[in-house]
Order: sequence, then structure tokens, then C-alpha cells
Amino acid sequence: MSFLRACLMALLLPLLAAPALAQTASFEDLVAALPEGSYSARGAVVGDIALTGDPRAEAILTALLDGTLGVIAATGQVVTLAPAPADALTGAPVAEAGVAEAKVEKIRVNNGLRRDIRAALGILTLSDPDPAKRLAAADAAFRAPDAAQYALLDAAFQREQDAAVKSRLAEARAVAILDGDFPDAEKRAAIDVIARRGDADAQRILTPFAASPDPDIAEAASAALASIERSRMLWGYAQNIWYGLSLGSVLLLAAIGLAITFGVMGVINMAHGELVMLGAYTTYAVQETIRQNAPGLFDWSLLIAAPLAFVVAGAVGVAIERGIVRHLYGRALETLLATWGVSLILQQAVRSIFGPNNREVGNPSWMSGSFDVGQMTVTWNRLWILLFALAVFAVLLFVMKRTPVGLQMRAVTQNRPMAASMGIRTNWVDALTFGLGAGIAGLAGVALSQIDNVSPNLGQTYIVDSFMVVVFGGAGNIWGTLAGAFSLGIVNKFLEPYAGAVLAKIIVLVAIILFIQKRPRGLFAVKGRAVEG
Amino acid sequence: MLKAGFRAGIASLLLSTAAVAQDDTIKVGILHSLSGTMAISETTLKDVMLMLIDEQNKKGGIDGKMLEAVVVDPASDWPLFAEKARELIEADDVDVVFGCWTSVSRKSVLPVFEELNSILFYPVQYEGEESQRNVFYTGAAPNQQAIPAVDYLMAEEGVERWVLAGTDYVYPRTTNKILEAYLIGKGVAPEDIMINYTPFGHSDWQTIVSEIKSFGSAGKKTAVVSTINGDANVPFYKELGNQGVSAEDIPVIAFSVGEEELAGLDTAPLVGHLAAWNYFMSVDTPENAEFIEKWKAFIGDPDRVTNDPMEAHYIGFNMWVKAVEKAGTTEADAVIDALPGIEVPNLTGGTSVMLPNHHITKPVLVGEIQDDGQFEVVWETDGLVEGDAWSDFLPESAVLVADWVELKCGNYNTETKTCGGATN
Repeated sequence: MSFLRACLMALLLPLLAAPALAQTASFEDLVAALPEGSYSARGAVVGDIALTGDPRAEAILTALLDGTLGVIAATGQVVTLAPAPADALTGAPVAEAGVAEAKVEKIRVNNGLRRDIRAALGILTLSDPDPAKRLAAADAAFRAPDAAQYALLDAAFQREQDAAVKSRLAEARAVAILDGDFPDAEKRAAIDVIARRGDADAQRILTPFAASPDPDIAEAASAALASIERSRMLWGYAQNIWYGLSLGSVLLLAAIGLAITFGVMGVINMAHGELVMLGAYTTYAVQETIRQNAPGLFDWSLLIAAPLAFVVAGAVGVAIERGIVRHLYGRALETLLATWGVSLILQQAVRSIFGPNNREVGNPSWMSGSFDVGQMTVTWNRLWILLFALAVFAVLLFVMKRTPVGLQMRAVTQNRPMAASMGIRTNWVDALTFGLGAGIAGLAGVALSQIDNVSPNLGQTYIVDSFMVVVFGGAGNIWGTLAGAFSLGIVNKFLEPYAGAVLAKIIVLVAIILFIQKRPRGLFAVKGRAVEG
Repeated sequence: MLKAGFRAGIASLLLSTAAVAQDDTIKVGILHSLSGTMAISETTLKDVMLMLIDEQNKKGGIDGKMLEAVVVDPASDWPLFAEKARELIEADDVDVVFGCWTSVSRKSVLPVFEELNSILFYPVQYEGEESQRNVFYTGAAPNQQAIPAVDYLMAEEGVERWVLAGTDYVYPRTTNKILEAYLIGKGVAPEDIMINYTPFGHSDWQTIVSEIKSFGSAGKKTAVVSTINGDANVPFYKELGNQGVSAEDIPVIAFSVGEEELAGLDTAPLVGHLAAWNYFMSVDTPENAEFIEKWKAFIGDPDRVTNDPMEAHYIGFNMWVKAVEKAGTTEADAVIDALPGIEVPNLTGGTSVMLPNHHITKPVLVGEIQDDGQFEVVWETDGLVEGDAWSDFLPESAVLVADWVELKCGNYNTETKTCGGATN
């Protein structure tokens, strides 16, 4: 930025006939220079406005950041647009006739300029009584280094009492030193300050100094970079495992319903993905209703949607079983074709009702953003989905293993005639089992609506992956589905950085094919009398 | 095949209305997917074509003849595009076709248009490296979108390090090849360029976003040039937002994200990211205001948006109407000869011209995404940019020119002074 400022000075020198714009240009001149010129030149002007320390600076820069600063095209007068048009410098209202809509142009701001404005505003709030604001100011200064701010940052650092803010200011001061023309000793000290952060930002700032002409500085920077690199590599493994678990949880959610219908019942249900989609659309419908009737409940929308999605998808599942699948038991190929037909009908039905476009499903506030564990970023939505997947799994396991319904389901799928002769209504249990699997697919849809598009095609993306997980884990074994989902997720995520997303997927698929050749029944084969043929 | 058959059945039902049409109308074929994965983007283009045809009929048609739309549904199924194109031209006897979205669907219909000698208007930005006698490209070539976008980032945001991220198919691969050659030509070191491809509909962006983050921490200003297609964008931007990558740190400039795509998602994590197009709904011109008003009235929904490919159809349709009026016939050869040189106003206040290489002139705009799902223009080219069929930045295509007026050739080699003949 200092280079750009030099350019700007060179450009404006003949105009203003002043040796250094920053020192001599009046606040009024600087504000008048805001609407014109390239974004980077204007970024320098913004910095100079902050350095004047003029009391009007904060309001003007905030207006610029918010996009409420305009200029009257004919006169070049800078005006604030909100609440009513007024001169930016004097605050005097501008006559309405003079600012007919077409004559006032909003001053354009882009990302780079916005960053400069934030840094400039940071400078202005360095002495704010609120420590949180001072911390934000130090952060802004850290992100947009400018040697011209050194004096102000140094002064702020000297008088700062709050430890957290002080250390942040030290870092901001260090990047300002590294940005400018300071003695080598100071620069080395600054490098040490930055190196202590040990994160990606430190790496970003220090990398150029590893090639510094001064051997001392180059050595200090290289050493710091090497240690950052080591710790980042270790954290990289942890990060990959986390990503793998997270991908695994998505696979688990998508596959767990199929583990019942395909794994336990042996029905190849090609409409499984569409049941997931119905769950996602239920979430959308719930959110729309909440938005219109009770916006305050928005954060609860997913909790409300989950049981509804279970019921909707479960009911459709029971209807599919009663209407189609039960006539086709034992005829795998016909089941496959019939359920695929159902999947097309469901897709087009949703397309006709909701339209072909994506529907907007918002993230509740507790599912947005991320937190850092060491140098690893954990996003809240992924964490909640992992917990949700495990919870669904635990509940399903409990239902299958510890309840009378689960006992009947297992009895019917293991030996139908025997179960029937013990007085179990096998038809009823079949419908219930299929409905349970479908309902869980609906639950998966609620979770997937948070990370993927809600569109009629949502299901197609997951159907192949779901079958892959169930077959790999071992059909009929719910634990196998869990192990299969997480191992596929983790393997995929470790391959991805090396092989790329496309190749990683192919490698995993080929590996599964080879694995199935070796162990046709998957990771955890069901043993005993349940195994047929 | 079952899928194709099933959909073909539905489509032929839709067609029955067209079959009973009178003979004294000019038939306009519309070849856009109304079902399947691409329905999300293409349905709108079908609607805008119906609106334009309706408008023209209200003005009295062309030389007293009414226009009649023939709509077919190729169902996002590439081979079906070729079948449906043949059906339109042979069975329905249409005089012109407006259609296709993906490059693979366009490639699949090319031989049909060549064989049956008809006209196709293709409205979507694409990878270039093509010029066919029967096709008129009203979307942007790479030099009308990708190259100016990169110029903007270099000049105005000082970007020195580049991530070229795309979906794994022909448009991103060719565009990235051109961009890579261009960037290296501008003095960017190869290690400052990271190229990444993902499958269609990719939804787990955690690894890639964290790679972008660490790529961006090398001390140089970094930007992402995204040719990620359609649906995969939403989870990508969500992940960027969740991992705290803001547009001020690492801006993403997209070539496939427009108003229509933004309409279906929560724009909060996208604010400040960029897109390069030749048209934005927010452009403030009287022509655009009129177009938006008509569109909303036609579709009966005040919340519907307009986007770049819609403008391309608007320009293409008006050019075709003018060419038919000039030629005095709808006969394909006469119209193809009449089209180059035709000028019509576009919606951004300029006048687009059909060039001899069958591409058009367009302005290039860079816009920032706003929280209402609209774009605010932050930069635009000084004038209109001429579409270049063969990129100047790839050695194998730099020597090629397309000129259907003087040279009568789509891939004339300026070094060997020969015409390459059949287009690929």
C-alpha cells in the first residue's frame, strides 16, 4: 500500500503542488478525492483520511463501507444518502431538487477498498473504551498492514492495559513494521512476534521474508516458517481425520435407512434417495411456514422438521411397500425397476409442485460458523450432523435390539414361516420395517438440507454412495454400516489432497470392487442361519 | 434407456399441440431441458423464448406471418438432444432453433444442424474453440468473460496467486487451460496457480476449502476463479462462509453463478464474492427496466429474476427477426448469410453486432453479490468486446480464425492458409 500511496502522490503532485499529500492535503480535499480514481488509489485516500484524525472521518468512512455515501455527478459534492441526503462534510441537508435520483451516484466500493476502510476505521477506534472494539480494530489493522499506521499502533500498544488486546496490538504493530522501512533489528523482533502465532496468517506474512536480502531476517523467517510448517502438517492429519468423520457421518445418515430396507429386508430400493429428498423438502416447508407465521421460532425449525420428515418419508415408504414392493418380494430385478420408476415419479412430482429450482433452506444460528481447535477449523454444522448421525444410529440400534418391534422385525427377516407360525403378522411387520427405513431416510434429508442443495435431484447424488456403504459394511449388519461409512469417509479424505476429489472417488470405488471380490459379504458378514444362498 | 423412453413418451404428449399447427406460420423450435438435472437452468430459457415470440406476434409477426413456438423436452439427456433436434427440423419443420445449455448437449446436436442445414442460437457462455456455420453463439466466449475477469482481479485487487477451481468437464477444463496460459503469459509463476477439479454435484468441500485457505497463506493476495457448475456452488460458498474465508481475504469470481442460481439459496455467506457476466438484472437502463417488467408480467410472478443467458436469447431472437426481415425468407442459407453484420440493442445500453465468426459483441461486467441476491457492478469494460471463437492464448488455436463471410470457414489456419474443414 505504501507503494501505491507513492504512486498516488506522484499523480497528484502537479495538481496540489505539495510534497507529501498525507501531511498537507486537507480533510476536505481527501474526501473530495474519494469518488474518483482506481480502487487502490482510493484505498490510500481512505488511509489518509483516518490519519488526519478528523472527528468527521468515522461517520464518512462508515457510510462509505455501508454503501450510503454518494456523489452529485454535476458538482462532485460528496453526500451521505441515509437517512436523507446531506453534505458529507457539513451535514447540511442538500436541497431535494438538486439530488433527483439520477444525479446522485453511489460511490462504488469493492473488496480491497472495503478492507482498507475497515483498517482505517480500526485506526479510529483504537482508543475506544470498549476492549472488544479495540480488539476488532487491532484485527483490522493486522489484516491490512500499513506502515503509515505504525505511530498510532505503537501509541495504542504502549497505553493498552488489556492483555488480550495488547498482544493483538503487538502483532498488528509487527506487521506494520514489516510493511515499512524500519531498522533490521526491529524487523527481526517483529518476525519473532508473528512467528509466535504459528498459524496460516503467520505463514502468509512471513513467507516473503524468507527470501529477504538480509541474511539474519531471512534466517529468522525461514526458521519460523519451518516450525509452522511442521505443526501445520501434524494438524493437517487431525484435520483430515475430522473431515473424514464428517464425510462418514453424511454417508452414514444417507445409508442407515438403506441398511434396514436393503440390508435387513433385502429390498433393493432405488427410491431411497428420493425419500431423503422428501425429508429435505419437509424441512423447507417447515421453514417457510415458520418464516411466514412465527419468525422467532426459526432456530427451532430443524427440531420441528425432524419428526415431521420422519412421518412424511415413513408414510411414503409404507405406501411404496404396500402398493408395490410387497407384490415383488423375492424378485430382485423387478423390485429394482419398479422402485426406480417410483423414484422418477417422486422426482417429477416434487419438480411439478415446488418447481425445478433449488429451494432455500437456511441454517439456524447454532449451525453457522466455526470454532478453532488448535489450528484446525471445526464448522458447527458438520459437528451437529456428526452428533445427529450417531444419535440416529444409537436409537435405531436400540429399536432393533431392545424392543418387541425390533425383535419381530429380525424374526420375520430371518425366518418368515417360523415367525408367522409364532403369531407375528408378517405383512404388518414388513410394512413397519420398510416404513422405519424410509422414515430414517427422511431424517437424513433434514440434516442434508443443511449442507447440500434442496432440489428434486438431491436424492440421486446419494443413492450410489448409500448402496456402496451398505454393501461394503456388510448387508444385514447395522454396525457394518457404521464402520463402512466412517472408513470410506476417512479414506476418501486422506486421498483427496493427493489425488484430487475426482480421482479419490474413483480409487475408493475400485478398492471396494476389489474388496467385494475378496469378501463378497462385506466387512461384517452376517453369520448363521440368516444367510441364504 | 428406460429413462429416455419414459421421458420421450411425455415429450411426445407435449408435442401433440404442435402437430396440428397451420402451415402459414413461421415455426421456432425451443430445445431446452424441462426435466432432469438441467431443468433448473433451462426451464427459464424456454419461458423467455415463449415471451419473446408472444411479443413479436403482438407486433404482427414477421412480414405478416405469425410465429409459432414448438417446445420439446430433451430431459437433460445428451443423446436425446440430437434426437429431439432432428425431430424439430425434420418432423416439425421448424425454421430456427433456440436451445442447449451444456457444451456436451451443443456438441451432440452440431452434426444434426450441419446435416439438415438449419440454424441454432446458443445462449450460454462457453469455452470457445468452435465456430460452426449453422450455429450462432450469443453467450460469451472466454475472452468476453474469463479474461476480463482475471484482468480486473489483477489490476484492482492486486491478486498474484490464483486458484482455478472447476467442475470436471469440458467447459472448465478448456477455460482453465486458456486462463493458465494467459496468466503465465502475464508473468505469474506456475507455482502460484493451483488447479482443482471436482465431480458434478460435489457437496463435501471441506478439504478443498482448507487447501484454498493454506494456498492463500503464502504471502500473496489470492483469488479463486470458479468454473464450478450449478448446484455444487451452494455447498462450496457455505463451506467458505463457515470456515471464515471472507470475500475480503480470498474473493471468489464465478462464471456460472447468476441471479437465477442465487434465487434458491441463502446469500449471506456469498456477499462480496464476485461474478463476471455480460448482463446483470441490476443494470440501470430503460431497455432493461422494460424487459424485466415484461418478464414479470409474462411469468406472473413479481419475484422472478432475469439473468445473462436470458439476455443472450433476447439479443439472438431479435437478431434472427432482423435477419429474416432482411433476407425476406426464413430459408436457412439466406438467413445464415444475412445474420453477420446485424445490429440490435442489448439490455446494458449498447448495441451488439453479429460478427462474421458467428459470435457477438458484448460488454463485460464484474459484479459483487449483494444480500438480496442481486449483483452490484463494480467494474466494466470500456466498450463492447468482440467474441473470439479461437483463443489467442492457446498455441494450437492462436493461428486459427473463423470467418463465414469472406473465408467461408470456421477454422481457417492463418499460417498454412488452409481451411481445417469439418469442425470438431
